Amino acid sequence: MVATKDMPLKEYVLKGNAACAGCQDMVALRHAHKALEGNVIQVVPACCTSVVQGLWPKSGLGIPVLNTAFPAAAATASGVRAALAAKGKDDTMVMVWAGDGGTFDIGLQALSGAFERRTDFLYVCYNNQVYSNTGTQRSGGTPLHAKTTTTWLGKKEPEKLLDFIVAMHEPVYQATANTAYPRDLYDKFMKAKEIRGPKFIHIFLPCPQAWNYPVEKGVELGKLAVETGYWIQWERIGTEFTLGRQSKRFQDPEKRKPIEEFLKMQGRFSHLFRPERQDAKIQELEDYIQYRWDLLMKTLA
Amino acid sequence: MKTELMSANYAAARAVMSARVEVVPAYPITPATTVPEQIALLNETGQWPGQFIRVESEHSAMFACIGASSTGARTFTATSSNGLLLMDEGLHWAAAARLPIVLANINRSVSPSWNIHVTHDDSMSKATTGWIQFYVSSVDEFYHTLIQAFKLAEDERVLMPVMINADGFVLSHTLSTYDYLEPEEVDKFLPPYKPPHWVMDPENPVSHGNIVFPEHYMEFRYAMHEGTHNAMKVYEEIEREYKKLFGKYFGGPIDCYKCDDAEVVFTSQGSVAAEAKDAIDELREEGYKVGNARMRMIRPFPVDRIRELGSRVKGFASLDRSVSYGYGGPVASDIRATMYNTKHRPIIKSYIGGLGGRDMTVLDIKEVILDTVKAVENGETGSEETWHDLR
Repeated sequence: MVATKDMPLKEYVLKGNAACAGCQDMVALRHAHKALEGNVIQVVPACCTSVVQGLWPKSGLGIPVLNTAFPAAAATASGVRAALAAKGKDDTMVMVWAGDGGTFDIGLQALSGAFERRTDFLYVCYNNQVYSNTGTQRSGGTPLHAKTTTTWLGKKEPEKLLDFIVAMHEPVYQATANTAYPRDLYDKFMKAKEIRGPKFIHIFLPCPQAWNYPVEKGVELGKLAVETGYWIQWERIGTEFTLGRQSKRFQDPEKRKPIEEFLKMQGRFSHLFRPERQDAKIQELEDYIQYRWDLLMKTLA
Repeated sequence: MKTELMSANYAAARAVMSARVEVVPAYPITPATTVPEQIALLNETGQWPGQFIRVESEHSAMFACIGASSTGARTFTATSSNGLLLMDEGLHWAAAARLPIVLANINRSVSPSWNIHVTHDDSMSKATTGWIQFYVSSVDEFYHTLIQAFKLAEDERVLMPVMINADGFVLSHTLSTYDYLEPEEVDKFLPPYKPPHWVMDPENPVSHGNIVFPEHYMEFRYAMHEGTHNAMKVYEEIEREYKKLFGKYFGGPIDCYKCDDAEVVFTSQGSVAAEAKDAIDELREEGYKVGNARMRMIRPFPVDRIRELGSRVKGFASLDRSVSYGYGGPVASDIRATMYNTKHRPIIKSYIGGLGGRDMTVLDIKEVILDTVKAVENGETGSEETWHDLR
């Protein structure tokens, strides 16, 4: 893993951008771009990143950014890639930077099309599990029992298992990442940079606004997600699967921290503890963790 | 210049080759389908060296155009009907991003009911997007207007996307002789596209489409309006140059036939406008002073030309192959609005006809024109609109 001192000093995420305090998207963007070192065209559909990049005529990102419509990120990226190919500029990375709404829901068709066409690009879904930019509405990435402004009493369905949908498109590179582990995230972008074809990185990204936790707790929450087994760090190059070193020991359910520790920190799950404890619902979330581990290890590993 | 026998759709595919288009994303829909089919063949056989993207929807087709054009590539797509409607978000986006994309829309009725024949509702419903819109009447005109469209769209005074409309089946699938140009010949007219405004380039990173607050948003919209307006005079320059280089001229924004001394002028869009010439010839033989004003361009709207015509005719018989439901024929309405701020008051009769591909023959057109002739003679406008051949 890269040593912090070996990462490029140059910053592509500039000071004075419009992100909220404690925004983990900035951590993700910062380390992704340090790995890509500027030779990239970034396509951004409607999402938090459309806002945090700042107001015209300035930009909070020191790379070319093409904002596009909500359903159209992967299609727009296909066009950018084709234009680069027509001009013989094949060494530039084309990267989509999309939220969970723009990926799990409205952007899924374009994503599927671009992967089936074997488009040479990197699709990044930074997943804060909610339509955060529009003020916390449920998305296909919102977990079971989470409160949002369209599921006031808690979501009744678990999230869509996006990684499996993407995996069935057989990307050349697929990984999960987590902003609590920025050096690991950096390494994954370094790898993606070297591989041609459709690539996908799914980043777990706590959001203080939508999840309702103190702004300084983002990294702590990200780590708890891994330590409870809720988020699994893994990587797949072609069909070669590697369980991430942060997740390895939590494959054993005995070693995991109880899910409560992760849930209790977040206002969106407060109804599971107050006015009275909802044991059955907490257990449901706990059980779902093991279900996902089993599915992952049986199908992709 | 050489001549061949082809359908309008295959001619459009050749225009892609002639104009050295670099990227074509497209999705199949009848009757536009044979455009991307032929482009795919030209691509796979090495005759057209560009990038063809077999997208999974028309929405993605337009956004792939947007991505490609934003990266500095000359870009084209083709669609019809529901496909154009699915592109809607992208049509607005392309215009506001000032991307010189050229789109061939093969006019087809909008569903339901399923009907693959011509109605202009698809493109007329896009008249407020900012796209420049042409309607053509022949395979030859389709091919050459497509080539002209790139020059028009890419002009720094314009920088707006262009939609060329051709009637489904009547043009798209009907063989006709037309004259085509080799790419080397077109090079004299159309230089490679170099974006004068902004482009996605890691060497010079810019961000496009950031948030713009109310204090600036209106100015961007005004600039779009100006760009589309400028297309009128820029197109006149382009046509002059094209005529000089290749001897082809299609009559400007409004192609007038026997209008000089006409008392009643028939206006229409698309293939009916060609048919109308025969109707005019027959009516002239019968002693009527009538002319044909073939509306080639409806956005920007040829206001000056209409006012000039309106200052010397007694009546317009204006046929729309489309309806703005709850009001009437869209182009007839524009003609009326255009004449209001002048002192001239010709009778402007609106006719709706030929919907869903229903035939508009020379006899039908004559009937429409004579109805207006009668209104002029009586001095009575009569009904606001007439649905011709309504059962």
